[in-house]
Amino acid sequence: MLIVDVLLAGFTLGGMYALIAMGLTLQYGVARIMNLSYGEVLVMSAFGTWFAVTRLDWNPVAVLLASLPLGYLASWLIYRVLMMPLVRRSGAGPALEVDSILATFGLLFLLQGVLLLAFGGNYYSYSYLSQPVDILGSQVAANRLVVLGFAAAIGLGLYLLLTRSRLGTAVRAVAVAPRFAPLVGIDVWRLSAIAFGIGGALVAGGGTLLSMFLPFSATMGVVFAMKALVVVIMGGVGNLLGCLVAGLMLGFAETLVARFVDPGLTLAVNFALFLLVLLLRPAGLFGRVAR
Amino acid sequence: MNALPSPAAAGNSTGAGRLALQALAVAGLALLAALPWLGADDYLIAVGINILQYGVLATAWALFSGPTRYVSLATVAFFGIGAYTAAVFGETLPWPAVLAAALGVSLVLALIVGLATLRLSGVHFVIFTFGLAELVHQLVNWYEVNVTRTLGRYLFVDISQVQIYWQLLALLVAVLATGWAIRRSRLGLALQVIGDDEVVARHVGIDTTRAKLLLFAISAGFIGLAGAAMAPRWTYIDPAIAFNPVISFQVLIMALLGGANRLFGPLLGVLPVALLFELLSGSFPNHFMILLGLVFMAIVYFIPNGLFGLLERRRQRAGKEGGK
Repeated sequence: MLIVDVLLAGFTLGGMYALIAMGLTLQYGVARIMNLSYGEVLVMSAFGTWFAVTRLDWNPVAVLLASLPLGYLASWLIYRVLMMPLVRRSGAGPALEVDSILATFGLLFLLQGVLLLAFGGNYYSYSYLSQPVDILGSQVAANRLVVLGFAAAIGLGLYLLLTRSRLGTAVRAVAVAPRFAPLVGIDVWRLSAIAFGIGGALVAGGGTLLSMFLPFSATMGVVFAMKALVVVIMGGVGNLLGCLVAGLMLGFAETLVARFVDPGLTLAVNFALFLLVLLLRPAGLFGRVAR
Repeated sequence: MNALPSPAAAGNSTGAGRLALQALAVAGLALLAALPWLGADDYLIAVGINILQYGVLATAWALFSGPTRYVSLATVAFFGIGAYTAAVFGETLPWPAVLAAALGVSLVLALIVGLATLRLSGVHFVIFTFGLAELVHQLVNWYEVNVTRTLGRYLFVDISQVQIYWQLLALLVAVLATGWAIRRSRLGLALQVIGDDEVVARHVGIDTTRAKLLLFAISAGFIGLAGAAMAPRWTYIDPAIAFNPVISFQVLIMALLGGANRLFGPLLGVLPVALLFELLSGSFPNHFMILLGLVFMAIVYFIPNGLFGLLERRRQRAGKEGGK
């Protein structure tokens, strides 16, 4: 069944993009850090999972449970140690955006260099639940379904955290009005660090999920960071629903083009879609003008 | 880089001082041009080519990104397009026509990209150019695999190292002259306003998109020419070589280190970084990326306004203390 094939592939890929982009939208929309080294965190988590699964005989799901808090801690530290000086220096003004892009760009090369040194440029993978499952006459590897399920669960968890908890309300307040949030007793810098950390937890989880069904290499982080950025801007910065819709759009566009046109043109389609959305709606699909 | 005026001399710009400075610049340039005759060996010429290449790229990058503050990460897209154009036409057209073709293709690409993206805000522009090099790389790859069926081309043209060196030197002079002329034109003034506040610029009647587009194309044209001039050095060219993203990154570091707002700022950054990487890539080939990242972060954290900014602040402080 071709249509089921395309639907499943599109949902898995699009769901992964949406999940990864949700973390980035928290980092950029709340903490105001445009984090270009985001993809390297994803790949580091994938390699960490590979190591734990193949060398320490862990179950990938157990690794997922460990990678979420580890990702939070690592990213929280990155914000406190590396980003705070820039935030202080710029007074969270417009210079912060450029400074953070440049600093995380340096971090990108640093992390990628470490990964290349440790693992080389080859693709890595391990086998986990790769037996096929039959869905409506279409064969799918079981691991993809597991990944899709976890991605949905994590995304839903984040949505509930942001909309139903006190912490989430404060995070959203910082995203909408960073200058007025302190007036109601919100510590903006503390919450920015937390939001940055949650973003890191999502991307670390994403890396573990990714390693379950795709081969990965030390240099692929840049492409993922780029796609996540495209999804975030397309969906409207700081908007979770926008991430979901834009992520799925990108996932389906890639699946369709790879299946029916040419796998070599997926990036071109991404960019065409990105430009089209931005020219029609400069603030993104769900963004408000002049945030 | 004898052509660099020392900041102290640039400060007292009296008529005689300026004349001496110009004479010094011309003498320095003549010395650089005559270097191949003064017994410079192949290694020295190779290092010179490397420095001049980055000198052209960083200065051309700063032409656009300096005044407008739109950080472009697309340097290698134009550089690669220039190199690739040279590889395609190098053996069939005379060399000046090859250079003209490279210039033309870069200009057209810059106009298309600029028309589509320069209406976007600064950050969206950064992201788009971040991906542009990869996009062009993939498209060229796809075209070569599916249409021409030749991934990787050999380029045999009769151009020596010394000729490449001279071409790049001439290109550097042309970029600097263009930058100097733009600074004195209405366009330069418009760009300063855009860099300070784009909304204000629009309100005083500046066609901001046109000004940005024009400058983006000029900058891209020079970068494409540099790519074409460098192409004969490689002999073999494939998309992975021509569109190596590290080039964009290095150009960015060098321009920022020197100071992107000054005409000679990027050159000031090129010299130490190019020499440093020349040494590092020789002795630590496997750690190159890590060192690149560390150097970059050090510059962002410790020298945010570039060396030029640092020197200026020091001079101001010295001036204040002298006045007391």
